[in-house]
Amino acid sequence: MELSYFAIIIGAIFVNNVVLSQFLGICPFLGVSSKVETSLGMGAAVTFVMAISSVVTWLIQQMLVSFHIEYMQTIVFILVIAALVQMVEIILKKLSPSLYQALGIFLPLITTNCAVLGVAILTIQKNFNLLQSVTYSVSIAIGFGLALVLFAGIRERLEFEDVPAAFKGVPVALITASILAMAFMGFSGLV
Amino acid sequence: MNKLKIVLNGIIRNNPTFVLVLGMCPTLGTTTSAANGMGMGLATMSVLIMSNFFISLIKNIVPDKVRIPAFIVVIASFVTVIQMLMQAFVPDLYATLGVFIPLIVVNCIILGRAEAFASKNTPFDSLLDGLGIGLGFTLSLTTIGSVREILGSGAIFGYSLGIADKMPLIFVLAPGAFMVLGYLMVLFNKFVKK
Repeated sequence: MELSYFAIIIGAIFVNNVVLSQFLGICPFLGVSSKVETSLGMGAAVTFVMAISSVVTWLIQQMLVSFHIEYMQTIVFILVIAALVQMVEIILKKLSPSLYQALGIFLPLITTNCAVLGVAILTIQKNFNLLQSVTYSVSIAIGFGLALVLFAGIRERLEFEDVPAAFKGVPVALITASILAMAFMGFSGLV
Repeated sequence: MNKLKIVLNGIIRNNPTFVLVLGMCPTLGTTTSAANGMGMGLATMSVLIMSNFFISLIKNIVPDKVRIPAFIVVIASFVTVIQMLMQAFVPDLYATLGVFIPLIVVNCIILGRAEAFASKNTPFDSLLDGLGIGLGFTLSLTTIGSVREILGSGAIFGYSLGIADKMPLIFVLAPGAFMVLGYLMVLFNKFVKK
C-alpha cells in the first residue's frame, strides 16, 4: 500500500480515530477519562508504549514469517506486549523517576488496553514498512489521547449537571461519546 | 438447582455488558447487525467456556506468582484455535469481525472470569459459569445488533423489512453504536436492575 506519511497521520488521528470510529481502547476511554490531567497522562503513556511496541512487533512479525509460523501471532504478540510494558516500567523507574512518577500508574493498565494489541495487528494487516508502522502507531496513540482529553473535558462539565438516575455513570458517558463520534464523522472523506 | 443458578447468574444478575460493563470494544465494534453480534458473542463464549474449564483444571499446578501470564497463554491458545476454525468454516464472518477475533485475548470478561471464578471453583462449575456469562454476552450483543440493524438498515438477521430507505444510516455507523448501547443500558437500569 502506497500511502504518504501525511495521509497516514491525518487518517489515524482524525478520520479513523481509534476510539470513536474503530472502537479500540474503550475501557480506558470510559474508565480513566473523568479528569483532563489523568487523560493527558494516560495518552502520553499509551503513545510511549505504542511507539515501542510497534517496532518490536514489526520485527517479530518478520521473524514469524521467516519461520512460517504466522498463526502464532496472537499468542506471541500478547506475551511480548505484556513483557514490554513490564520492562518499560522497570527501566523508567531506574532511568527517569520523574517520568515514572507521571506515567507510572497508567503503565500496568496498558497491558489490557486492546488498542495496543489491536494496532499491532492492524499495522501487520496494512503491510506497512517499519517507518510507516511507527508513524501509524504514534498517530493512533495521539488520536487516542485527543479523544480522551476531549471526552474528559466534557465529563468534567457533566459532573455538575442534574442527570436522571437511570442515566448516571456509563449510559450518559456513552451517549456523550456518541455525539463526539458524530462530530468526528465530519472528518470523513478528508483523506 | 444450584448448577442452574450459576448459568442464570451470568445471563441477568452478572450480565457482562449491562451490569459488569466489560468487553466494551467488541460490544461496540461488531454489532453492526444482529448476525455479526451473535457471531462475535458465540466466538467469545466458546473461548470462555474452554478457558474457564482448562484454567480450573490447572489451578492447583500453576504457582500463584505466574498465574496471570499462564492464564493469558491458555486464553491466547484457545483464541488461536477459534480463529483458525472460523477462518476455515465461516470465512465471511471472520472477515467482517476482522481484528476483533484476535482481540478476544484482551477481552476483560475472559481474564476476569478466570481470575474471579475459574481459579476458585471446580472444572464443571467453571464450565457452567463460562456458559452463563457467554450466553449473557451473546444475548446482549445480539440485542444491540438487532436494534442497530432495524434502526439503521431496516432489516433483521439480513431479512429486509421493506423500510430500508426510510431508516437513518447513522445507527450502523460509529455514533449509533455508542447511542444504542447507552440507551439500552438506561432501559436495563430502569426496568431490570431493580
